[in-house]
Amino acid sequence: MRPVLDALAAAWHHPQGRIGAFILLIVAVTAIVGPWLLPDPLSQPDILIGSTPPGLGHPFGTDQLNRDILSRVVTGARVSLGVALLAVALSMTLGAAVGLVSGYLGGVVDAVLMRLVDGALAIPRLFILLLVLAVWERVPVLALILLIGATGWFATSRIVRAEVLRLREEAYVRAAEALGARRRRIIFRHLLPNVVGPLLVTATLAVGDVILLEAGLSFLGLGIQPPMPSWGGMILESKEVLVSAPWAGIFPGLAIVITVLSANLFGDALRDAVDPRSA
Amino acid sequence: MSGWVLRRALQAAVTFLVALAILFVLMRAAPGDPLLRLGGDRPISPKEIAVLRARYGLDQPVGRQLTAFLQGLVHGDLGVSIEYGRPVTALLAERLPATLLLGGSVLLLNFTVGLWLGVRQAVRRGRREDRWLTTLSLAGYAMPSFWLGLVLAWLVGIHWRLLPAAGMQDPLLSSHAGWGTRAVDVLSHLVLPVLTLSVVSIAATMRHQRSAMLEVLRLPYILTARAKGLPERDITWRHAWRNALFPVITLFGLWLPILVTGSVFVEAVFAWPGLGSLAAGAVGNRDYPLLMGTSLLVAALVVASGFATDVAYALLDPRVRLA
Repeated sequence: MRPVLDALAAAWHHPQGRIGAFILLIVAVTAIVGPWLLPDPLSQPDILIGSTPPGLGHPFGTDQLNRDILSRVVTGARVSLGVALLAVALSMTLGAAVGLVSGYLGGVVDAVLMRLVDGALAIPRLFILLLVLAVWERVPVLALILLIGATGWFATSRIVRAEVLRLREEAYVRAAEALGARRRRIIFRHLLPNVVGPLLVTATLAVGDVILLEAGLSFLGLGIQPPMPSWGGMILESKEVLVSAPWAGIFPGLAIVITVLSANLFGDALRDAVDPRSA
Repeated sequence: MSGWVLRRALQAAVTFLVALAILFVLMRAAPGDPLLRLGGDRPISPKEIAVLRARYGLDQPVGRQLTAFLQGLVHGDLGVSIEYGRPVTALLAERLPATLLLGGSVLLLNFTVGLWLGVRQAVRRGRREDRWLTTLSLAGYAMPSFWLGLVLAWLVGIHWRLLPAAGMQDPLLSSHAGWGTRAVDVLSHLVLPVLTLSVVSIAATMRHQRSAMLEVLRLPYILTARAKGLPERDITWRHAWRNALFPVITLFGLWLPILVTGSVFVEAVFAWPGLGSLAAGAVGNRDYPLLMGTSLLVAALVVASGFATDVAYALLDPRVRLA
């Protein structure tokens, strides 16, 4: 775990990296604590009042059902971050597993797995998800997480595989093999710890991508379903009141931009720390 | 060289076939029955389902379905759109030009402004300007394209009334208008979608150009050029950039999926009559044949552009072929 801690420390000392990490922390804490402090957006919809512009009672204004947009954005943060973290965790596990197996075993296994990955990468992720998700009337959240996670490991497995191909020739791996270590031991004890750095970078950058992806799916009506607030879904709903209540869509969008930007700034700083040549 | 191209072409063909297989499996293995959705709010009777199954060949064994699908594909038959009631191939062919116009314009902007900014960043590496440009381009990358599109449509199109915010042509334009007027009309409709897509995608170009340029600036011949006392601008553009341009070509292949994905949202927001809005509409109407046809076409485009960039790169840089 030493290299990971070093990378995190280096990213923290990077000006942009620190800003990114700091804002991400704020967003995460708000997402966890916020919904308890703010009025429940589901409790008092009032269609007669309709949307009100940002003001004292509602700093972000209210939407067409007079629901407080600030509360919805904060609750949406929980949903978006939760989906993103779980999906990325799944993607990284799958990507690491396939990359390690493919890179270390080589041969037919490697060839078959990598041709599959090539083919999967030829179809943009959004289209794969559209085809599968369009079946549901209302997409279950768990299915959404599993499917986003299951479609996000292709590029990761290639990165891990490339790293393993390099490491496989290192003297210490050769030595472990000569000493009769089992494959499983080599993969878990010698290879995995050394791909954790690149994996961490990929994961951080993937969080931002998945937040955008989930927002996009929700915008197309295939992601998080109302009344559960999600940033993409709020922007979809705001489309109808674009002229009369533009704030209804602007704030959830800003939440996406700020969160994704912070994740990417931090991911960039991590990348510079893990791979100094990119700085 | 020709052997290399042949091998690479074979690889591209295999990749496309695998993508095809994945798409087929996705269609057939998806949970639930797509046909149940065809009635909209009205429940469909088992008898109707049986008729529909027979019509779309879904009552056949999977093997036969796959052969029928491949046979259709070879003959350019991708089935009939449920919503439009017309062949999918005809719809795709109709919508492709608008998407190419949009994508081409974005490409042009990216490969001029994006490259220029990337070079500037590399030259001023680590300074304030470099850091700010990185942050700004990343902010663009962090924007959901549909959100930026809606904001621009509202602000520029509706609030300021500067530019049209929907469609590709003014429906009220006289049919007698000359081609000049028409071109200006289409261009004015093009501005906002192109701007939106460029803002969300330019970061990738800038980053690639920046790192390619940094690699080159490290090389000894740059030091030699400096030692000879050449002006810095000549070193940047005539010595360094020429060699830092090649790696960026590979970006084109990587970049197409981003562009296609973005255009689904941007075209939907601006009602741009291209493939993206066709796909977005197909999602809303659960028009599976159309969704499948669009995905197939996109996969083919991605594979073809990947192949084309590799070949172009090999032509420009012989070292690639030896590797």
